[in-house]
Amino acid sequence: MSKGEIVLGALAPHPPHVVYAENPDQNEPVSEGGWETLRWGYHRLARKLETIDYDVMVVFTPHWQTYVGTHFLGVPRFSSKSVDPVFPNIFRYNYDLEVDVDLSEAMCKAASDAGLITRMMRNPDFRVDYGTITSCHMMNPRWDKPIITISSNRNTHYYSPEVMIEQALALGKACRTAIEDSGKRVVLVSSHSLSHRHFVTESPLPEDMSKEHIYNHSQYVWDMALIDLFRQGKMREAIDIMPEFTEQTIAETEGGGLVWMMGAMGMPEYPAEIYGYQSVIGTGNCIAAWVPHSDKREIVL
Amino acid sequence: MDHDIIKFGLYVPPHPHPLLSPGASKGYQRLRDAFDTCRERIENSDADLIIVYSTTWPSIIGHQFQANPNSEWVHVDDDFHYLGSMPYSFTMDSVFAGACVEKAKERGLQARTVNYDAFPIDTGSITALSLLNPENRIPATIVSSNMYANRSETIVLGKAIRDALTEEKRKAVVVVVSSLSNRMFTEPIDPSEDRIHSQKDDDWNRKILEFFEDGRLEDLSQLSREIHGQIRVQKVVAYKPAWWMASTMGQHNNYDGEVLAYEALNGSGGAIIQLTPSVGSIGDKEFDEDDVEYYRGDRNVLDQGGV
Repeated sequence: MSKGEIVLGALAPHPPHVVYAENPDQNEPVSEGGWETLRWGYHRLARKLETIDYDVMVVFTPHWQTYVGTHFLGVPRFSSKSVDPVFPNIFRYNYDLEVDVDLSEAMCKAASDAGLITRMMRNPDFRVDYGTITSCHMMNPRWDKPIITISSNRNTHYYSPEVMIEQALALGKACRTAIEDSGKRVVLVSSHSLSHRHFVTESPLPEDMSKEHIYNHSQYVWDMALIDLFRQGKMREAIDIMPEFTEQTIAETEGGGLVWMMGAMGMPEYPAEIYGYQSVIGTGNCIAAWVPHSDKREIVL
Repeated sequence: MDHDIIKFGLYVPPHPHPLLSPGASKGYQRLRDAFDTCRERIENSDADLIIVYSTTWPSIIGHQFQANPNSEWVHVDDDFHYLGSMPYSFTMDSVFAGACVEKAKERGLQARTVNYDAFPIDTGSITALSLLNPENRIPATIVSSNMYANRSETIVLGKAIRDALTEEKRKAVVVVVSSLSNRMFTEPIDPSEDRIHSQKDDDWNRKILEFFEDGRLEDLSQLSREIHGQIRVQKVVAYKPAWWMASTMGQHNNYDGEVLAYEALNGSGGAIIQLTPSVGSIGDKEFDEDDVEYYRGDRNVLDQGGV
């Protein structure tokens, strides 16, 4: 068996608005569009993924929040409806997806062997979170690859951002070990926004783009500072400023997704591919990808 | 006056253990027994409505009121999925939910009803309604906890619900779903060895319980910020349940308080408390924080001048 590898890692924000705007058959509400900068960026990334050979998509989501360790999906198939508890008016999505339980178990064990608290999620009634569904739908709308979801342990709130970083890096390294041992080719997905301050009101027409903008200029400046580090391939520096970034922008990086992915990818020193940046109900959302093989790497934006 | 619209208030924990695994520890069983006592008291009251404020249903777009007349699904908790599934079928009072939205808007709040098939009702609400109202004898509505709301907004929300109760001439049992101290153990534990996470959390919980037993709900409301700083993991901006409960129940200290159970739930403080409006009064504090009637949003201090 050849050694498994990570073929791409993506920062893939999951505002349900982008699925709503796409009007897929799976989602009940109907829109007139909206948030094209993000959606077109996702389309571009989805096209690239069609040119890359991979076996499974592994998603780290902040919308499966666990306090007692890190949990992994452990049921082969989930078929249900996901209704966003915050934006139920725009996201009621019927999903039918497969899970790579073998790799999920291997990652769970590797993380446990590394000293982390872990648990497999075996309850077939469990509803997969809308963050996972949104990111996966936008990156692979055909849903023809199995996925794995990893929960977000709430270290930032329970301890500190520094503890979260240490544990997320350890989790990432453990996942990489399991991936390499599996012989599989894997796409990693860090499913979250950057700055994460929402407006608390909504337009009568949610997709009214005349109303959409970042919550405040400070959020924008911080987002741009982080994205600039992405472009320069300075991910160690990006992780180093993560505690301050997270505090200043109430960022969804608090869940640990990006840190986990950088830990798994060995802290890339090459430029990220930037696919788009746009606000959604005030939050800052960037689609970016890190591609280990230099011959597959490109300048997108 | 309060007796007319609020029969009594309950403060209950959000964790699923009393519903799914009461026999796993003596403490969980005591909580379950207390839930059962409260169920009987609701049945023996002439309440015609249950209003649940759940800290495990966060909202962003203002305040959401559950209005699906028959909310049905099978829920699984994010952390405690191994304890089992939580099928539910709840009767919601969509008319009253709509009245709450109307009154909330009249007081300057953003609010809406939610009425969608398969809407994910939260663990805390399911646990509370399953144990307190298992036969759907009384209709309910569930109120979300806005993650950005602070004191003024939460106080006004409670007043809006009182407006709706008064106008609709309803007799409600108010249920707050929240831990006291909310720090859980982050490693698996043997349920039979469950305990409050720290001595400090336990000390604060017991002080809060003293206030509850004395009926000093408004005093607790005034102490919310201190409680948040001392024993709450800082997941949201403030500890809001006491603000909401006090405001909805009339903003005073005139209650008969009873602590039916206080136990650890994976380290957090789980208490079941009943507050019944009475004519007595206790307390030795006076307050100078503004009693806001209408929510005007942020004060836009940042826009008033450059640095």
